[in-house]
Amino acid sequence: MVYIIEDKCDYCGICVSVCPPNVIELKENNIKILEGCTDCKLCVYVCPYKAVKENERRI
Amino acid sequence: MKEEYDVIIVGGGPGGTTAAYYAASGGAKVLLLEKKRDIGFPVRCAEGVGEAGLKEFLNPDPKWAVNKINTYRLIAPDGNIVTVKNKEAGYILNRRVFDYMLAERASEMGAEILTRMYVNGIIINDRTVSGVRCEYLGKKFSIRSNIVIGADGVESRVGRWCGIKTNIKLRDIETCVQATISSKKIESDKIDFYFGKKIAPGGYVWVFPKGKNLANVGVGIAGIYTKNPERKSPLDYLNEFLNKHYPDASILTRLAGGVPCAEGLKRIVADGLMLVGDAAHQANPVTGGGIVNAMKAGRIAGKVAAEAVLKQDFSEKMLREYPKQWNNTVGEINKKFYRMKKVIFGFSDKSLNAIAKSFNETSPENLTIKDIFVGALKKHPPLVIDALKVFK
Repeated sequence: MVYIIEDKCDYCGICVSVCPPNVIELKENNIKILEGCTDCKLCVYVCPYKAVKENERRI
Repeated sequence: MKEEYDVIIVGGGPGGTTAAYYAASGGAKVLLLEKKRDIGFPVRCAEGVGEAGLKEFLNPDPKWAVNKINTYRLIAPDGNIVTVKNKEAGYILNRRVFDYMLAERASEMGAEILTRMYVNGIIINDRTVSGVRCEYLGKKFSIRSNIVIGADGVESRVGRWCGIKTNIKLRDIETCVQATISSKKIESDKIDFYFGKKIAPGGYVWVFPKGKNLANVGVGIAGIYTKNPERKSPLDYLNEFLNKHYPDASILTRLAGGVPCAEGLKRIVADGLMLVGDAAHQANPVTGGGIVNAMKAGRIAGKVAAEAVLKQDFSEKMLREYPKQWNNTVGEINKKFYRMKKVIFGFSDKSLNAIAKSFNETSPENLTIKDIFVGALKKHPPLVIDALKVFK
């Protein structure tokens, strides 16, 4: 799954714009990934500040 | 604030405030909700608009139209400069002031505006949109309306809550970082665009001077170039560009953002719902310019909303007047630009260098933007026809 490093985030909304299941909630200076993430990673790719990261997979 | 309105507009950018202005001037009771603390801030935008589009709405006022420029420079990857002296000027806006002014106009026309109102859902009754759910300072409540206009920007969720897929495809998103810089090297009478795979893959770098020693500088790269985890971010590209061209620059503001450079959504209305601006993917797919397009869409949507209120008919069928008028005007132009975009941003650095060279060898004087498009696309005759049509 992916997570957002808020210290890097600019709250620009580009991750929200590409999110297929529409599960990123962005308020003025507050962002969270809601339930329903499909792990498609589009938000990881497009983030201008590389503020969205993938969790290491644990076996 | 009342419990019920004719029209609720989500988003206080130029699309939303223009829709509010025209809906209110047609007699509708309008409420506009902006999630941020301020209208017009932060400015996620390059702040450039074309003269003709702007003047359809307003006479440029130096309070917010801070620079007027006729000279455009297109800089090839090898540094060759193609200079265009265009008849139509480009205006550089101060969006903080511009957006405020648009909101004031809408308010004077009777629209109510509230900031820090976060819309977190849409009320749907009998498959018809009938209001919004929102949050204000931690308090959650609903406001009813017959029409909701989603002008909630690139990060739009309003359409998706109503079953319209507005999420942007990777191939259609430009990921951007921009800065307002102060530098003695800025030439305030020229707008510059830099192209090249090493400068801005699938996009460009812009330098839009806002006055003496001040410019909005940014880079946009296409989403398809972002999949490699080792990739450079737009921020890396911007820093490299500034180090090379404006090493003395102070950065007064820096922002990230996304721009939909898409063909335009097929469906932008539903029962009780209209989408406007970036939320409807209405920016120009080649330039990413979206201010005037959003205002044009907002004007149509606002008028149609007022008409729907007069007739008390909020059905999709009634609201389809908006996409009809949009498709016949800017929508059709954007489709042509989208076809051109696919070729233009596919050019290799070698081709871009050759195109620039040929312009400078044959007709360096009196080049227009139209000449540039026609010349660059000459190996693609159907696109030349598109270019001739959009730059009549």
